[in-house]
Amino acid sequence: MRILFTLLLLVMTVLGVWTFIDSETFLFGPQPEGYTWWWPAEISTYGEDIDFLFYLISGMILVFFVLTEGLLLWFVFKYGAKRPDKGAFSHGNHRLEFLWTGIPALLLLVIAFSQMSTFASIKFRSAIEDEPVFCDIWGSQFDWRFHYPGADGRLGTVDDLQSPFELVVPDDQKIVMNLRSRDVLHSFFIPKMRLKQDAVPGMTFPIWFQADPEQVALESKNHFDIICAELCGWGHYKMSGRVRVVSRSEYEAWLEEMTAKQFDNGFEAD
Amino acid sequence: MSHSAPNVAPGLGAPGTVRESHDHHEIGFFRKYIFSTDHKVIGIQFMMTGLVMMILGGLMAMAIRWQLAWPWTKMPLIGNLMFPKTGGAITPEFYTMLFTMHGTIMIFFVIIPLLTGAFGNFLIPLQIGAPDMAFPKLNMFGYWAMVPAMLCVVMGFLAEGGGPAAGWTAYPPLSTITSAAPGSLSGQTWWLLALTWVGVSSMMGAVNYVTTIVKMRAPGMTLMRMPLSIWALFIAALLQLFALPVLTAASIMQILDRTLQTGFFTPTNLIVNQMNPEMAGAAAGGQPLLWQHLFWFYSHPAVYIMVVPAMGLASDIIATHARKPIFGYKPMVYSMAAIAGLGFIVWGHHMFASGMNPGLAMTFMVSTIMIALPSAIKVFNWIGTLWGARIRFTTPMLNALAFVAMFIIGGLSGIWMAATPVDIYIHDTYIIVAHFHYVVFGGSVFAIFAAIYHWYPKMFGRMMNETLGKIHFVGSFVFTNCVFYMMHQLGMAGLMRRTADPYDYETYAHLQPLNEFISISAFCLFAWQIFFVINFFWSLGAGKRVGRNPWQASSLEWSAPSPPGHGNFDQELAVHRGPYEYADPDAIEDFSPQWVQNVGAGSDSSRSA
Repeated sequence: MRILFTLLLLVMTVLGVWTFIDSETFLFGPQPEGYTWWWPAEISTYGEDIDFLFYLISGMILVFFVLTEGLLLWFVFKYGAKRPDKGAFSHGNHRLEFLWTGIPALLLLVIAFSQMSTFASIKFRSAIEDEPVFCDIWGSQFDWRFHYPGADGRLGTVDDLQSPFELVVPDDQKIVMNLRSRDVLHSFFIPKMRLKQDAVPGMTFPIWFQADPEQVALESKNHFDIICAELCGWGHYKMSGRVRVVSRSEYEAWLEEMTAKQFDNGFEAD
Repeated sequence: MSHSAPNVAPGLGAPGTVRESHDHHEIGFFRKYIFSTDHKVIGIQFMMTGLVMMILGGLMAMAIRWQLAWPWTKMPLIGNLMFPKTGGAITPEFYTMLFTMHGTIMIFFVIIPLLTGAFGNFLIPLQIGAPDMAFPKLNMFGYWAMVPAMLCVVMGFLAEGGGPAAGWTAYPPLSTITSAAPGSLSGQTWWLLALTWVGVSSMMGAVNYVTTIVKMRAPGMTLMRMPLSIWALFIAALLQLFALPVLTAASIMQILDRTLQTGFFTPTNLIVNQMNPEMAGAAAGGQPLLWQHLFWFYSHPAVYIMVVPAMGLASDIIATHARKPIFGYKPMVYSMAAIAGLGFIVWGHHMFASGMNPGLAMTFMVSTIMIALPSAIKVFNWIGTLWGARIRFTTPMLNALAFVAMFIIGGLSGIWMAATPVDIYIHDTYIIVAHFHYVVFGGSVFAIFAAIYHWYPKMFGRMMNETLGKIHFVGSFVFTNCVFYMMHQLGMAGLMRRTADPYDYETYAHLQPLNEFISISAFCLFAWQIFFVINFFWSLGAGKRVGRNPWQASSLEWSAPSPPGHGNFDQELAVHRGPYEYADPDAIEDFSPQWVQNVGAGSDSSRSA
């Protein structure tokens, strides 16, 4: 049982490390182009910062994972052997306790404080103080709807353009959006942009992202999934949307087309 | 309160048991086994109902896994019976009810009752040397308060519109507006009533545990001589005492919102299903985030209620079967207390994406990251306990070591989601699902298995079969990792939890093979538990009979007969040392029981930890 259990722990540890090092081909072979079982590539300006912090933490996790599981399986193997004498009559060691309290405490504090500037630069209102609101997002069971300002350049008026499902954004500006819900909780999630925010009925949250054109150019397509990330009822799984990142001129063309469509009364001859 | 002559039932005493003269007051079958005030019987009652509910919650997990691997296909065996309208496939409405009830049952009816109800009741008087709980009748009521809770939970499924469908977290307005989901007709109200009754039961238990531990310890059983199980259960009971009233208040508020149209949680001007609920007389003017704060103010400490006792049980089992004193007893106690203390100021990490003030989120981030520290200290001390040990690979020991190995994974992955910027991406993804299943299944459930194997001889006077136990352990360990480790990969790819059919999204389409692998592993894991069930019932009648101390352990419960009679102990008790005095070079044996004064020829018997 000693050998078997040591092997079980060893296999668990080795496979665990493998998922960190090469998740792409882990067990099931290579993934289709552009897809992964690991952190997918990011395409927003702050995505890089978030991913850096993720890798920082992952590195520390990996070290402690190998250290603790390694010691565990080594001791299981070594002290599982049958011996005639008694074990060590030890009740602990003050120096060791200080050591393994102090070092992790320090590391954890470093991790905690290293997160703050990134989080503030994404979430604090100071990040978007002087930016105009690009569009309104309304979530309702079970779709997303995007309201663009119409000819008057203002949101919340009768000439607002409404785009269900698809959010089209230019790649050269901060996209600031007011997130709202008509009914229950939803959550606006664009995995590739590293953007997630719950929509709460009765409250308005300004959220933002800016596409990174260089990163977008690396992708095989220019549209990306929007997913509802908070349970909103039986149809939660199909509450999807799509964000399409285009150049400024393409965006303006799309906006014109949208305006024409929305205000077409059907009587004008071609 | 104290019985100097306990009533040992005839035929239950193990070989070598000293039979005392019987204290004759015959108790009928009902008073003895059904409406019992004996803490041991109540503990076993909690254990049995917990295990039965675990099968129910497990079946729901299997149905969830079927849907995620092969969405909208005919479920084998029971599909046609349950879903005649869809040709045997799960409906999306039913899927939401499934994961809602899986979470509810596993948390409130399995893990918490098994840890605090079953082992809290069984172990506390035995390990501190008390004849019973401080309030035996209250204790009985604590168990029987679970019965209306279970009835209410099952009633939800029979209610119009079906079971509750707002997740085990019951976030309003989905949970408060009846037109928002089919299951939020009366199903949700039954769910809230169930939760309230569970709260009553836990409260009765917690009052009892705290009083018993504070007031009824045997002579010589100082606080720092208590086994770590007792410390853990004591701390968990304090958590319940302080946190539960908030949940009970919140669930009553939600009941009022739903029945008397108060407006705690439902905001004004909603349009749900093309209609304004206010027009239909529903509540308005409330704040949905209030519920989240109140709910997590209890439910985050509840996470520690689900893992701290498991830590205590594992510590006892590891020291006993490693034949070595626990490494750093006091740091172990202090770190559990630190987990509990910090546990009250971390609830906001469930709400990083909720719209809470991001400045506040940062403070919650710091406290959450720091709670990894006491957990790390515990892991290091468990590993330290193994250093220089003489490990006996018994089934309880294997399960307890697996608890440590998997708790490490669950603990480390927690750091990702504590970090607010990283959490933006992984909030509510399968990384979260993997994380809490590693803590609650890989951690708590394995500790519960270890504890059942370890204390079964004390409960029933017979051993469980070791071979079957080891077969059960190896399969469970392998399949548990197959199921839950791979969920990290799903979460990395961005898969959201509670998604009935992810594969319509481009982002998720390639994840189906991985989900099939997880599902098949989950079915194997569930099926593998048959070895435990067989072992459990077979050993009741045919297990090897044991004496008082089959594991050669040194804590107080092993001085009582197996099983202990009414009143527990048949000898005068005095405690002479700490609970983990194994491998004392001056002692004759490699264990020095707490209740034996002189353990070696002319040795210093007052030695203590």
